[in-house]
Amino acid sequence: MSQAVTTAPESANAGSGVGRGLSRYLHRHSHVRLGLLLSSPVAWLVILYLGSLANMILASFWQLAPFTGDIVKTFSLSNFQTLLTAEVYRNVAFRSLGIAVAVTLIDLLIALPIAFFAAKVVQSSRVRYAIVIASTMPLWAGYLVKGYAWRIMLDNNGVLDWALQPLGIKGPGLGLPATILALAYLWLPYMILPIYAGLERIPTSLTDASSDLGASAGFTFRTVVLPLLAPAVIAGSIFTFSLSLGDYIMVKIVGGTTQMFANIVYDNIGVAGNLPFAAAAATFPILVVVGYLWAVRKTGALENL
Amino acid sequence: MWKVIPLMTREVAISLRDLRKEFRTPARTVVAVDSINLDVYNGEFITLLGPSGSGKTTVLRMIAGFELPTSGSIVLDGQDVSQQPPFDRDVNTVFQDYAIFPHMSVLENVEYGLRVKKVPAAERRRRAEEALANVALADFGDRKPSQLSGGQRQRVALARALVNRPKVLLLDEPLGALDLKLREQMQIELKELQREVGITFVFVTHDQEEALTMSDRIAVFNNGAIEQLGTAQEIYEHPATEFVAGFVGVANLIKGETAQALTGQSRTVSIRPEKITLAGAGDRQASGHVREVIYVGNATRIIVALDAGGQLIASEPHDGRAPTSVKVGDAVTLHWFAAQEYLIG
Repeated sequence: MSQAVTTAPESANAGSGVGRGLSRYLHRHSHVRLGLLLSSPVAWLVILYLGSLANMILASFWQLAPFTGDIVKTFSLSNFQTLLTAEVYRNVAFRSLGIAVAVTLIDLLIALPIAFFAAKVVQSSRVRYAIVIASTMPLWAGYLVKGYAWRIMLDNNGVLDWALQPLGIKGPGLGLPATILALAYLWLPYMILPIYAGLERIPTSLTDASSDLGASAGFTFRTVVLPLLAPAVIAGSIFTFSLSLGDYIMVKIVGGTTQMFANIVYDNIGVAGNLPFAAAAATFPILVVVGYLWAVRKTGALENL
Repeated sequence: MWKVIPLMTREVAISLRDLRKEFRTPARTVVAVDSINLDVYNGEFITLLGPSGSGKTTVLRMIAGFELPTSGSIVLDGQDVSQQPPFDRDVNTVFQDYAIFPHMSVLENVEYGLRVKKVPAAERRRRAEEALANVALADFGDRKPSQLSGGQRQRVALARALVNRPKVLLLDEPLGALDLKLREQMQIELKELQREVGITFVFVTHDQEEALTMSDRIAVFNNGAIEQLGTAQEIYEHPATEFVAGFVGVANLIKGETAQALTGQSRTVSIRPEKITLAGAGDRQASGHVREVIYVGNATRIIVALDAGGQLIASEPHDGRAPTSVKVGDAVTLHWFAAQEYLIG
């Protein structure tokens, strides 16, 4: 027994080396540790994200000089005045909102059963992961590839028209419905994943308990699953909603003559070269999403997070 | 056909007949419950006791309707419910994790079953408040479940189930998450509550002490089958199998040549440690050397390596006399009465 004491190995404290010394220092000084850990991501956020956002909002109050086309850095509300008063902008704004809402609802309707099946019905974890991976697969292909694939399918006398021909009907062709359809396809994974994660977090015993207390599946879904799933649905809808609202390429590929709000921003940067007006237009989706989050908070749906 | 002969003249609440449950995966089939027959009487507190994986929870889940049996039948109050969904069965469950709805207040949780049955709001509220008062949570109706302690949540789960006045209450290891002190207190409260409401309780646990404390009858499960069914005393004093003897309490099993030498028996002999003394009387004795002395609070447990082979555990109670002073390595003689032995197998 005494031998074991005398031949005790070097104590855990014995290492020297710079790495261990630094580790010891950091172990004792938690605020230094936290500072080192957070400094670069915080700098990234503040400079690149908040900084450029502030710059954009600032620029939205500037104008272009009428003849020279130079940017005049004086404060004025004229950009916003134009946006609010011109009917064309209002129409495009409402259309874009409508598209974003439609895409979100379609994605929600498709994502709920898929996520539910993967999270609650499937027993084998291999099948479950296969479904999750399959549902993210659209993200693997390039945006333009998917855009033109939809165009080929939906175009006049395209694949869809050909498939529907025996039934004597035609597809919607290119335009507003095609835009909604393509965007819904594009952003579906962003709805499935949060809902799947949200469903996984709801213990099966809760739905068992509801059923045990006499509730049918529909009643259980309305009173137990949906309220607990609300944060996940909101997270998913923020993705699909804001991504749709900000999109301007898909509408160019499959939208025919349809315009979305982000096209105004794009055209003012590229063709018109009116950066201040583009900046003013770009505040619209920000305001909409902030307004949506505020409304969500008001309903108390995030309290169960 | 197998004819059901009632063991007592009491009404049967649940009747399980040749109940079997297999879980199939592509790779293999696991038999979780293997042809079980059991009658549960009205107003009885019956415990399904067994180690994890013994099938006790699967039986409970089949009675509740969360699992459908592979074969066999479940008759609840004279009606075959084997293939019915949980919401059509007149039983309620208290879950291991309580399964309290986190987004509802305590009162809303308790009202849930009545809300499903469309009981008018005023009566619903009155009955829910009454049920909360029954579990000493009268002032907690407005709280959120996250503001409750484990013991309080457990009572909410009880109130939520009992407010529906089910034929049978199923309890799936409901005390498992509580600390020892609270668990012992809840055991007594549960037993009292059961006597008051007069509802049949089917209680699942792996804790043999809990089973002995609370149950009218105990069904000991092993490998998907019932090894023994009986009162706490029958199970403890006369275990039918080696498994039951070993699982319920501490048991000494004397086998083979040692059994022949010490007791003259050719079968396995079992004797409880508290029946063996170092200094007392007895018509049986065995000599050996102390291998280990373990202080367990209310007694000292002495493990003795027998000269005849094998070992025996003796338990010396701390009953006011001077505690035993034996040390590891001491030569000792153990005494017990032949009448305290029981034969197994």
